[in-house]
Amino acid sequence: MELILAIGIGVLTTCGVWLLLRPRTFQVIVGLSLLSYAVNLFIFGMGRLRINAAPVVNGGTVDPLSYTDPVPQALVLTAIVIGFAMTALFLVVMLAVRGFTGTDHVDGKER
Amino acid sequence: MILPILLVTIVALPFAGALIGALLPREQQTTGAWLAGLIAAFGLGVTLWSYPQITNGNVVRIDIPWISSLGLDLIFRLDGLSWLFCLLITGVGLLVVLYARYYMSPKDPVTRFFSFFLAFMGAMLGVVLSGNLIQLVLFWELTSITSFLLIGYWFHLSAARDGARMALIVTGLGGQALLLGALIIGHIVGSYDLDVVLASGDLIKAHPLYVPALILVLLGALTKSAQFPFQFWLPHAMAAPTPVSAYLHSATMVKAGVFLLVRFWPVMAGTDQWFWIVTFAGLTTLILGAYAAIFQTDLKGLLAYSTISHLGLITTLLGMSSPLAAVAAIFHIANHATFKASLFMAAGIIDHETGTRDIRKLSGIFRFMPFTATLAMVASAAMAGVPLLNGFLSKEMFFSETALRDANPFVNLALPIGATIAGMFSVAYSLRFVHGVFFGPAPTQLDRVPHEPPALMRRPIEILVLACLIVGVIPGITIGPFLAAAVVSVTGPETPYYSLSVWHGFNVPLAMSAVALVGGVLLYWALYGYLQRGIEGPPLIRNLRGQRIFERVLTTISWKGAKWMERRFGTRRLQPQLALLVLFAIGAAVAAVWGRLGELIAPPTRMDPAFAAIWLVGICCAIAASYQAKFHRLAALVLLGATGIVTCITFVWFSAPDLALTQLLVEIVTTVLILLGLRWLPKRVAFAGDDVALLKVRIRRVRDLAIAIVAGMGMALLAYAVMTRPVLVGSIGDYFLEHAYKLGGGTNVVNVMLVDFRGFDTLGEITVLGIVALTVFALLRRFRPAAESVDKPEQQRLQNAFDAQQPERYDGETVSEYLLVPAVIMQWMFPVIIVLAVHVFLRGHDQPGGGFAAGIIMSIGFILQYMAAGTRWVEDHLRILPIRWIGFGLLAAMGTGLGSWVFGYPFLTSHFQYAELPWIGRVPMATALLFDLGVFILVVGATVLILIALAHQSVRSPRAARPPVRVPETEAQIGQEVL
Repeated sequence: MELILAIGIGVLTTCGVWLLLRPRTFQVIVGLSLLSYAVNLFIFGMGRLRINAAPVVNGGTVDPLSYTDPVPQALVLTAIVIGFAMTALFLVVMLAVRGFTGTDHVDGKER
Repeated sequence: MILPILLVTIVALPFAGALIGALLPREQQTTGAWLAGLIAAFGLGVTLWSYPQITNGNVVRIDIPWISSLGLDLIFRLDGLSWLFCLLITGVGLLVVLYARYYMSPKDPVTRFFSFFLAFMGAMLGVVLSGNLIQLVLFWELTSITSFLLIGYWFHLSAARDGARMALIVTGLGGQALLLGALIIGHIVGSYDLDVVLASGDLIKAHPLYVPALILVLLGALTKSAQFPFQFWLPHAMAAPTPVSAYLHSATMVKAGVFLLVRFWPVMAGTDQWFWIVTFAGLTTLILGAYAAIFQTDLKGLLAYSTISHLGLITTLLGMSSPLAAVAAIFHIANHATFKASLFMAAGIIDHETGTRDIRKLSGIFRFMPFTATLAMVASAAMAGVPLLNGFLSKEMFFSETALRDANPFVNLALPIGATIAGMFSVAYSLRFVHGVFFGPAPTQLDRVPHEPPALMRRPIEILVLACLIVGVIPGITIGPFLAAAVVSVTGPETPYYSLSVWHGFNVPLAMSAVALVGGVLLYWALYGYLQRGIEGPPLIRNLRGQRIFERVLTTISWKGAKWMERRFGTRRLQPQLALLVLFAIGAAVAAVWGRLGELIAPPTRMDPAFAAIWLVGICCAIAASYQAKFHRLAALVLLGATGIVTCITFVWFSAPDLALTQLLVEIVTTVLILLGLRWLPKRVAFAGDDVALLKVRIRRVRDLAIAIVAGMGMALLAYAVMTRPVLVGSIGDYFLEHAYKLGGGTNVVNVMLVDFRGFDTLGEITVLGIVALTVFALLRRFRPAAESVDKPEQQRLQNAFDAQQPERYDGETVSEYLLVPAVIMQWMFPVIIVLAVHVFLRGHDQPGGGFAAGIIMSIGFILQYMAAGTRWVEDHLRILPIRWIGFGLLAAMGTGLGSWVFGYPFLTSHFQYAELPWIGRVPMATALLFDLGVFILVVGATVLILIALAHQSVRSPRAARPPVRVPETEAQIGQEVL
């Protein structure tokens, strides 16, 4: 399982970085989204992969070993929401710049 | 034990006064003067009262611990030396306030002047009372900044601005050097505590880092005291109002430099390096300053160069490293402060009453203002070193120190000769000041008839001149004890015997004094004709202007150098920047991980074919999305969504229900959002170019792909290496798991962390979300799409054309009928979605869910209504006020946090208990729920605001942007490759 997820993260990163270096704003926004998936999964993976060990306790005394680490999850939850905000802002800036400069090139001009 | 507290007070009070002064209305100049005067008087009172406690080398100190482990404590300490400086700072300060009350024109913002003045006074007191090196440097920097404000007070004058800037840059750079020096000394000694440092003189001098520390500390002191080669800033600082000059250049600012030299004298002086650097700088400044002073035409310029020269004298004395020379230096610090302050004030009065400070225009002023003239003459005599005045005493001590050295023959000759020549110069410029201004024929070039100033304006000068006289005639019983206290604190218990009396018999120093006096008079007489011609600047070194060199260096660094750097290393193009960023990140990761990755082991969990299949789909979708992102945006968006779903499934698979829920919902909203944006993007056409351009593009793509593959492989390797390590036992996660229920009252640990343990984080996060939403809203309010995107989309045009052809259909009917059946279902779903949102919200504390997820569900409900019924219909039927929701959400979250203050707990402390509700039973009621409610409301507001701001663009028929003007390429925009 770890191998599959690691390969998945690697491919998502590759796609994300490749798109990040493209000249069109839409490519960059897709690239950023893919990169966010990869990074979120990476951070999530730092808590190790556990099956059927969701950090929902049942009150009383808790044995930490029977639950997965909640810290990476809390961090990723924050990251997902911030990622949404970033995508929204970037999209709008991208549209505004496109109207402003007449092009969707990341530098605001074709060449 | 009241004194230590008073020490803190006299440093803090001026800053408080500065704040009050800044808030006073500008007409309240008398209030401002009273404020400044009372604070200065209080400081003076405390200083005088504290004298008995610091005699015989006693030290009063107060420690206020802060970060003691780093040696950063607030320490105020008062010893004899700082006492003398406190006396000068507060005493001269009080007199300057009185003087400024009459000098400053009501047309200027006088309250601001007093505000800056107080801040400066506080900074100076902080410097001299600091018992910690870092703290001393901090106050030192504050004096640089506040003196910048004071010098640039008349900021409408370019001379004031330039002078202030130069002073700030020179003394600020010195401050940087001093900070480094203080850090090195702290490193050598192992403590920043001044008392410890002062006791470690031998350790410092023997350390290999002594020379760097010495040079850095001296850079700080010499820049501040305007010593050669940094003397050039001081004359330009004369653009300040005269009270500022009287204060900064007599008793305070420039004295901070020599204060530092005296402070470190016990631990750093006595070595060859100290002697050569300090004495050379001091002697050069002494002679050059005095020489330049003779040829100044501006009264304040003359006094400025004289100040430089006198500071050179003090520096020379300190460089000589003998205890007696240190005594003379401290004595001269006090003497110079008194006569120079009074001379600056006198110059100010002359300027005030005649309208000019130009010696060429002034003459024979004595007949108009005999009192002021007499006072100025006495002070000038003290400056020249005439017997029976205080200047004579310290100058005699200086002469005797230079004459009695027995180092190498060169020094033996150079020092006394240099001192005598400088003495002659100082007699000459003092004569020029007195004779040029007060005697001779009545002035002809004045536009008014001068008269005596108000008596109170003259009072400060009278007091200072009286001090010069008394100290000059009976030094032993006036300044003697105070000087002794200061000297003992510097030279320690082995202070040599020194005699403070006017007459020491016929000896070498007396002869040197006589030569200087007679020689000075002769020199002035010889130069009289030349001076009368009124030529600006001193002969021989007229063209050697430090200011010009400074300006040139500044231009080179900040303009030409910056331009060159930008041309050489800068780019305004995003792609190279991002490529560099990625490469740098790869490099940093490799550097961090290299050799520490350990052995890669086989995965501990069993491989599941279903999971592999899901990820095969995910990988294919990601690659396809990147392939299609250029020409088929919609397809890329769908594929991106699919990758998101695979991510979401991964979260479900590996025990992260909260993440899966949030990811799924965010995925929906993001997709809708980007769909709304697609309409405004241009049609992509295939790249058309010649073979060379195409080849370039191919090379770039291959290069980027290589970077991307390296990055991806690195991430995969890193992820695999970490995920196959055994689980950490006893990590912070265990604490949260164990305490989520006990302390937070919830069983969903992730949610308890978000709203309780790490609630402050979440508060910051929702604030960011709110800001982003408002930014999006603001950006789209004046949205101008490109001209070719303004028309209705092709589909709508086709549908409308169809309507036009059919006689029984009205225009736009087809569009409105689009998705009719799903639209009805969507409208029916609205209450269901609301219930779902409430459910997810309420269960959040114990089961997967919570404010974020519920908020996004709620906003999806809203956006579905928009899609089903259209913007106009929804806004006619629902009250959509997302900006207000953002505000309410933020207020609710903040209010919950602040609420815990009311009960005496830290911000955002959560409280919970169980409530028995009829029919429902025991329900946990946590204040964290209230906080989560704030999160919910804000998320609804922010998401809806973002979505409908974009959706509105299709309704409001925006005007097209004008076609952009092609800007010619500037040289800074380098780089050829595109695409």
